[in-house]
Amino acid sequence: MSVQFISGNDAFALGVLLAKPAVISAYPITPQTVVVERLSEYVADGLLAANFIHVESEHSALSCAIGASAAGVRTFTATSSQGLLYMAECLPYAAGGRFPIVMMNANRALALPWNIYGDQSDSLSQLSCGWIQAYAENAQEALDLALMAFRIAEDARVSVPFMVNLDGFHLTHTYEPVDVPEQELADKFLPEFQTDNKIDFDKPVNMAFSAGPGHNKQFRIAHHNAMLRAFDAIAEAEKDFADIFGRKYTGALDAYRTDDADFVLVTLGSVSGLARSVADELREEGIRAGVLRLRYIRPFPGKEIAAILNGKRAAVLEKDLAAGRGGAVFTEVASVTAAATLSAIGGLGGEDIPAAAIRGIFKTLADEPETEVLYL
Amino acid sequence: MNARELSKNEYFFGHKACAGCGGSLAVRIALKVLGDRAVAVLPAGCMSAVGFNFPQLAFANNAIISTFAGTASMMTGILAGLNARGEKDFTVVSFAGDGGTADIGIQALSGAIDRNDDILYICYDNEAYMNTGIQKSSLTPYGARTTTTPPGTVSRGNEFRKKDMFEIVRAQGIPYAATASIGYLTDYMNKVKKASEIRGTKYIHVLAPCPTGWGYDTADTVDIAKAAVDCGVWPLREFENGVYTETPARGGDKTEYLRRQTRFSHLTDDEIAQIKDNEYNGRK
Amino acid sequence: MLKPTLHSGEFTYPEGTYFEAGYLTQKNAGWRTMRPVLDDAACIGCLQCYLHCPDGTIFETEDGKIGFDLDFCKGCGICVKACPKGAIAMKPEREAGQ
Repeated sequence: MSVQFISGNDAFALGVLLAKPAVISAYPITPQTVVVERLSEYVADGLLAANFIHVESEHSALSCAIGASAAGVRTFTATSSQGLLYMAECLPYAAGGRFPIVMMNANRALALPWNIYGDQSDSLSQLSCGWIQAYAENAQEALDLALMAFRIAEDARVSVPFMVNLDGFHLTHTYEPVDVPEQELADKFLPEFQTDNKIDFDKPVNMAFSAGPGHNKQFRIAHHNAMLRAFDAIAEAEKDFADIFGRKYTGALDAYRTDDADFVLVTLGSVSGLARSVADELREEGIRAGVLRLRYIRPFPGKEIAAILNGKRAAVLEKDLAAGRGGAVFTEVASVTAAATLSAIGGLGGEDIPAAAIRGIFKTLADEPETEVLYL
Repeated sequence: MNARELSKNEYFFGHKACAGCGGSLAVRIALKVLGDRAVAVLPAGCMSAVGFNFPQLAFANNAIISTFAGTASMMTGILAGLNARGEKDFTVVSFAGDGGTADIGIQALSGAIDRNDDILYICYDNEAYMNTGIQKSSLTPYGARTTTTPPGTVSRGNEFRKKDMFEIVRAQGIPYAATASIGYLTDYMNKVKKASEIRGTKYIHVLAPCPTGWGYDTADTVDIAKAAVDCGVWPLREFENGVYTETPARGGDKTEYLRRQTRFSHLTDDEIAQIKDNEYNGRK
Repeated sequence: MLKPTLHSGEFTYPEGTYFEAGYLTQKNAGWRTMRPVLDDAACIGCLQCYLHCPDGTIFETEDGKIGFDLDFCKGCGICVKACPKGAIAMKPEREAGQ
């Protein structure tokens, strides 16, 4: 193990290097580019024996990844924003086809207006596409999620593609010290990819077929159930991860001082650390604040969220705004608990969320319980 | 190659294509040339629609439906994956329709040619979006009636000439490109065989008449495909190692060819006489 | 010989969209109103009909002639035109069945 001072993108690329994918197909887009540049360098320097395919679009990036996964090998791609939406047709295709591709998405605002900075409108617009969605908080978790994503996606009980989201610039381009594991330990954590869902010359298959009314639901329900089984796969992967690397993760949720909290801020991604320090400050002032970070939003840990927020008042802070509805994460959380009363929309188009703004959310929650929406 | 040299295996069988479908003949024959180790990649279109209706799966070999716009890129991924697995002696072959190739799939095809990926891209051309009900594609010939180019009081059918895919892929420096017709199966089989033995990207564009969309009797599919070549609207062309060759027209009658198809029945004799070969086949 | 084959009875749904290649559950015979009938004496076994059948339903018999798989023949009539000896004729199903 070595400690390196690197960006979130660098950390994720190192995680992918340790996972040893056989095929990488990607198309560049800000702020994802550093990941594909680093991976290209690893391939160019012989550190990674992957076939890096320079595709002509994001639609091709994921189509190509589906092809490689259909050949039964470990496959990686990365994108962001407009790119994610350009490949949107392929997202349910990869998921319904049960191809355990891992993709990093650098969260970025969607046009229009054009904006290259970080918000979560891109991935949150794709909650129903059938992929596992995790959100990293820091560079260390980005690296660790790269490894865990392959393990969980490729778990035979799951076999669903996995999207790891990193907040654009706030995480992708911010430098932090990161523990980089030894290859030997990574190999111990991540077994070789094995699947029956592959081209086989001894036992040929017809793949990615049509299924009409009657048959169709069988596949859709099986996919849903596989997503729900991912909770078990996540728990087991995190247990092994802690045993091998000594770092502990807490499943789909990361609850901070919520047990005795009166007011909880639900968060997603890199803003969570700041939210926790604001909660600490508020506690010193006598306000019992807590933070509940969603590490995974698909599969959605609804029962656990409801249990943690039971008897409290909660706000949801997110970097997206679904026109005509509001915050997508708030909608999700409010669907499982009446505790979520306040939707805080911030960070749109990459705008900084300062500590004072987070403090303001808690204050609103405490002092103005009738307020439903807060635009930071 | 001849009929006896083909594999006796039937790789594309039990499918739900219309009776007399030219596209299904193009797929069947190519797979009999390529054998067990062909991996077939088919985007949305007639051949995927008729061949992959679970639990009626009509391919005996490995076969997969690709994203509509991503046929060639999925082929690249399969190639890369099988190479990574250490597989040898296989052919990744597509059967994409005219719309799937010349319209929505051209970006991915161009990318694969650019990388010179070792794939065999076969476009079966029935000259419209037949699977969705005969809508115009960029390979629909000038004058043809489709459901989106209906002749009307101010329209005489399709007003655009056919795109010349052969020249487009040739201009990219592809190692091998050919046109073919299911009316000349020996020529088609030889081209598929030859292409399978060349490394890099190969493109074969096979004319595959459609009785449903073109309007002729189901028994005439092969005849019509022959007539297209004979009268010069669909020349058999080949580009190999930078050398271009073409089989000359065999003296067929273009008017008679067009008159056999109801998709041209709205055209007057004068209008038919004015249709130039290049409006039909897209050549410069 | 490798060829998609007809299965009857129950199957187990696969976990995802991948399944045994060439697994058929239906015949195509019902599409046909006319069926090909061979004049054995005229057939020279050139296999042009076999070659040109879009459905792959024509096969070579042990005596060097040809046979039709009437479970899957759609009755298009391409074989009639492909035959250089005029050895195949299309007969209405009603008559052929008698």
